[in-house]
Amino acid sequence: MRFAVAELALVWRLFRADLGHQTKRIVLTVLAIAWGTLSIVLLLSFGEGLKRSLGQGARGLGEHVAIVWPGATTRAWMGLPSGRPIPIKEEDPALLRSRIPEIGLLSVEYAKYTSIAVGTKSINTRLRGVDPEFGEMRNIHPQLGGRFLNARDVAEKRRVVFLGEELARDLFGAEDVVGRTLQINQSVFLVVGVAEKKIQMGMYNGPDRNQPSIPSSTFKSMFTDAKIENLVYRPVSLDLADMAKAELYRVMGAKYHFDPEDTRSLGIWDTREMQRINDNIGLGIQIFLGIIGGLTLFVGGMGVANIMYAVVKERTREIGVKMALGAKERQVMTPFILEALLMTVLGGLVGTCVSLGLIAIIAALPLKGEAFDLLGRPTFSPAIAAATATILGTIGSLAGFFPAKHASSVNPAVSLRYE
Amino acid sequence: MMIEMQGIRKVYSTGRVEVEALKSVDLDIDRNEFVAIVGPSGSGKSTLMNLLGCLDTPTSGLYRLSGETVGGLDRNRLAEIRNRHVGFVFQNFNLLPYATALENVELPLLFGGVPTKERRERAKAMLAKVDLADRMDHKPTELSGGQMQRVAVARALVNRPTMILADEPTGNLDTSSGKGIVGLFQELHAGGQTVVMITHDMALARIASRIVQIRDGEIVDDQRAAA
Repeated sequence: MRFAVAELALVWRLFRADLGHQTKRIVLTVLAIAWGTLSIVLLLSFGEGLKRSLGQGARGLGEHVAIVWPGATTRAWMGLPSGRPIPIKEEDPALLRSRIPEIGLLSVEYAKYTSIAVGTKSINTRLRGVDPEFGEMRNIHPQLGGRFLNARDVAEKRRVVFLGEELARDLFGAEDVVGRTLQINQSVFLVVGVAEKKIQMGMYNGPDRNQPSIPSSTFKSMFTDAKIENLVYRPVSLDLADMAKAELYRVMGAKYHFDPEDTRSLGIWDTREMQRINDNIGLGIQIFLGIIGGLTLFVGGMGVANIMYAVVKERTREIGVKMALGAKERQVMTPFILEALLMTVLGGLVGTCVSLGLIAIIAALPLKGEAFDLLGRPTFSPAIAAATATILGTIGSLAGFFPAKHASSVNPAVSLRYE
Repeated sequence: MMIEMQGIRKVYSTGRVEVEALKSVDLDIDRNEFVAIVGPSGSGKSTLMNLLGCLDTPTSGLYRLSGETVGGLDRNRLAEIRNRHVGFVFQNFNLLPYATALENVELPLLFGGVPTKERRERAKAMLAKVDLADRMDHKPTELSGGQMQRVAVARALVNRPTMILADEPTGNLDTSSGKGIVGLFQELHAGGQTVVMITHDMALARIASRIVQIRDGEIVDDQRAAA
């Protein structure tokens, strides 16, 4: 180690000397490394951005929520035949809330296609009746100045409505919507909030941005024959999700007499699965992009190795002198490896700085549209920095190692006479 | 005996052709001798120098340096022996062009693992000994030929080697600088240093206390000057 430190100053001067008569070659190689670093950093950052928006998109439906809808038995159970429909009845949400502590939040969802009118403009859409918990679970957040439905809305069967942001724009244009009124099924409703824009990749019955929500109690009083279309619940924690699901089958199975193992009797869409797949797709894309960037960098590394071979040849005589003075194999090799690393690190720094600048510029660009929403913004992260540094270090060391090994294998007696 | 060579033979094979550079050399050199090895080009004197300096190993024969048998040793071990026992002085100086005089002199100590402070001090003292105390921070290109060769001598001496091995040390110098270097060798010899000098110049060889003549890979004459 002492040797390496003492050699550092000499290596730097060696590099400057080489730079003197190999200027073009070294500059081009450093640029090649910079280019490789640029591609690896940018590709990984785009991958990271994409991964994050995929994650956001998956959470657009709600984080770790499960959707339950009526099904039919597929097994005979306690003397009852298979193929028997299993409903979700009005009293079931309260039963589940009281019997299953693993369920954190729960909401019913009624739904009906109906027309919504503002003045003479009328839009046909899926109206849903939900509980206040629905908004939080499904990541439906109100824009500033508005709110989602609350407990009093439900208790007092208020005629209030919360609009998806696209529906609000279609009905009212760009105007401020909260406090305005509209008509649903010949009744007047007050708009209490409009949803914030979000990326939503998972959905059932259409995206949230086109749907109006009213209190479940209001919905039930308007459409007395309405049946619960589905339940949405979120477990207390991720660890309890499986238990909550099993308990739900057990409680409902006891009530409606079906086998708790018969998972077709009630349909449950557990969105954890989708989120896991999404995460894996994101990671897969990032690895793929990383490999492409790595290969680009590898080509730059070949350039460094090439130069180092030339430098070794040029310094054959010097290597001989050092050997005559008693330099061991390692001591002959170290300066070459350090010089290769120096070139690589230099290129890496240039490449990283340029890519950070580009990422900042892209972030500042006013890019709009669904494609950009999903592609997200390239995001630099400490993990990317670590990966890039590791790859650069490895390539630099290898690009130095082989020429250096070659240098240390020369015959001192021969190399001293080398001209 | 400091240097013992018995039946040293060196054969170079280039493809199918074998060249016998040294046939069978027996040579003993004692401590504090000043030996000149003289011969025309192609006589095998460079091969002999490479073997003496442990830059190369003989095809057959026995070589003992300070009691240690050189032969069958690996490259790193040979490097250590060169570092400890041999101080090379070359015809074309062979200084590192990008390093200062002081750094050049420090190199053998660097390779020998001497700590920084001691290394610097010993190198400075050695440069002062060859009258270059005021040129320590100069690069070789900023020095004259004679000064460069004196830096090289300082570098050869700095690790207190068993012998100085000089290959045509005055070959690239003008007459007066050459005389300076020769005078330096005589001084060193007088101070107890073993010096082996390889040259084709009989006039130069006469300053040594012993002249070994080599021709066609064999020692043909070995004379000690009358003391």
